Amino acid sequence: MRSSRSHLAALMTLVLALGCGSALAQAPRFQGVGRAPTQQEINAWDIAISLDGKELPPGSGNAQQGAPLFAAKCAVCHGRDLAGTAHGPALTGGTGTINTARPKKTIGSYWPFATSIWDYINRAMPRYQEGSLTADQVYALTAFLLFRNEIIGENEVMSAQSLPQVQMPNRDGFTPVRIEDIPDTVKRGCKFGTCP
Amino acid sequence: MNFQQSNRRRFLKESAALAGLASAGVIYPAGAQTPEPAGDRRPDEWYDYGVRSRFVQSIRSGTNGRHGRDPRPGVPRDYGFRTPLQDVYGTITPASLHFIINHGYDPPDINPAEHRLMIHGLVDRPLIFTFDELLRLPSVTRMHFVECAGNSTVTDSSFAPGQARMLPPATVQVTHGLTSCSEWTGVPLSVLLEQAGVKREGTWIVAEGAEQGMHMKSIPIAKAMDDTLVVYGQNGEPIRPEQGYPLRLLTPGYEGINNVKWLRRVKVVDQPYMGMRESTKYPSLRADGKARWFQFELGPKSVITRPSGGQQMAGPGFYEITGLAWSGGGAIRKVEVSTDGGRNWKEAEVQGPVSRKAHTRFRMAWNWNGSEAVIQSRCTDDRGDLQPSTAELGKFIKIPLSLDYFKESSLNISHFNAIQPWRVKRDGSVENAIFA
Repeated sequence: MRSSRSHLAALMTLVLALGCGSALAQAPRFQGVGRAPTQQEINAWDIAISLDGKELPPGSGNAQQGAPLFAAKCAVCHGRDLAGTAHGPALTGGTGTINTARPKKTIGSYWPFATSIWDYINRAMPRYQEGSLTADQVYALTAFLLFRNEIIGENEVMSAQSLPQVQMPNRDGFTPVRIEDIPDTVKRGCKFGTCP
Repeated sequence: MNFQQSNRRRFLKESAALAGLASAGVIYPAGAQTPEPAGDRRPDEWYDYGVRSRFVQSIRSGTNGRHGRDPRPGVPRDYGFRTPLQDVYGTITPASLHFIINHGYDPPDINPAEHRLMIHGLVDRPLIFTFDELLRLPSVTRMHFVECAGNSTVTDSSFAPGQARMLPPATVQVTHGLTSCSEWTGVPLSVLLEQAGVKREGTWIVAEGAEQGMHMKSIPIAKAMDDTLVVYGQNGEPIRPEQGYPLRLLTPGYEGINNVKWLRRVKVVDQPYMGMRESTKYPSLRADGKARWFQFELGPKSVITRPSGGQQMAGPGFYEITGLAWSGGGAIRKVEVSTDGGRNWKEAEVQGPVSRKAHTRFRMAWNWNGSEAVIQSRCTDDRGDLQPSTAELGKFIKIPLSLDYFKESSLNISHFNAIQPWRVKRDGSVENAIFA
């Protein structure tokens, strides 16, 4: 069991850590080490997509545009029917299986956020051709996957504005549900190195 | 014939001869016991960098029971490899045997002269560092384990037949081989974050790698400012390509996925970014369908590495029981060993100095009387957390942990740190007894 003293120590560390950053914000401590990146350098690497989608680039696409792209670039691993192959997981199905002994985790049955689909296709797909898709193509493929999981309509357009608004069916299937409750593992009741 | 081939052939021939000697118990005159290496068998490799004895054959094993080199079409490669803990002495894992989980990617071939680390986001001064600049900053050297969140998981699905973690033939490499421990050297991430100046709204970081899949992970700022390191050294040498050369993140005590390899970017943000792996692959499902996500810290855990599954005892008599204990919560304070299936426990000797969040070696003398015995260990860390039994862990995570249950269920239980029993049978064979 943790002692309450270590709870306090953990809290103090958090407070100090947060305080430290701003206290030292005035001047860099080590001179002549590191340089400021250009805006172009930041933009080139700044690919992780937050839940509010502020990093999403301009562009758009819908499921109709995504279907031929999927057939050409994704079906070889994920299957024409999106049911998966030895080289890639299933991308649909599994609804109603998550609380069974054989859960089938897919975008429709399990994934909590639509922004993660865009982020992952953009950073890591297709395998061996990572980074080859345009923003419009990533929007179209994301829309296609959401449509095939019956989450959006076939003509619904995905963009930086609409994608973060998509509500995923299993959003509340994760514990703790509230994102702001994640860091406090003491309040979550974690013990043995496991969170209940 | 190359050196490796000739070595292997000679090994097979001479180990057969040595086996003959051992069984006969014959001692030959000193000169005859240690043959001189022939001139053509003294390759530069011995002296330039060093190679291990040809009699030492221990290697990592693929997490799917393959070695990533299966040429058959349609057979996916292995990108995960387990440490042969049964062959590791002391507390440090040789870098060449450190476990590997690369999420489906081979290590990128990075020239450190061209590698950059960018710190940006909610900071006063976004910064780009060259590798040489990082070497100029204040550094620390610390012993820490890295363990995959799925190490020791009891699900059957990720193993080849006969390798199943639950079944009697499982070795400690199969059951616990996704943890390793190194002496790491690098710059505290707090030094870099302070140099950039974290804004008050900065509550998380997103760390990202430079490999093809650009693995990303969200980590709370408190951990980033606490003991997280940006490391370039492992056991006295540059970290290996498969461990993230030239730079990786090290989040001591946190599940392996946080220790981003080939690190090139740290963005200070105000929320977790819910990357694919952290939001869909690493959450651990409960039986009721709720997934436990962002578990971070690995619990107190220990395992006997000798005698352990698959090994053969030579007969009744003296044996040292030895193994490893570690905890993501701090330093190991106590290790206890039972040789009667958990009815009685005796405190084992713990090898000092004990490092926080590091493998810790324990030892206990044992006279095996030749009857069947179940041996196991449990540890307590300096916070007082005790390694749970399988029953206790199952009750806590609301999953009935038993062999029958997992015959039906494909649930993947991460952070599985329950006590690991080994059965020593009368014939001296040792087998996995996790659900026995």
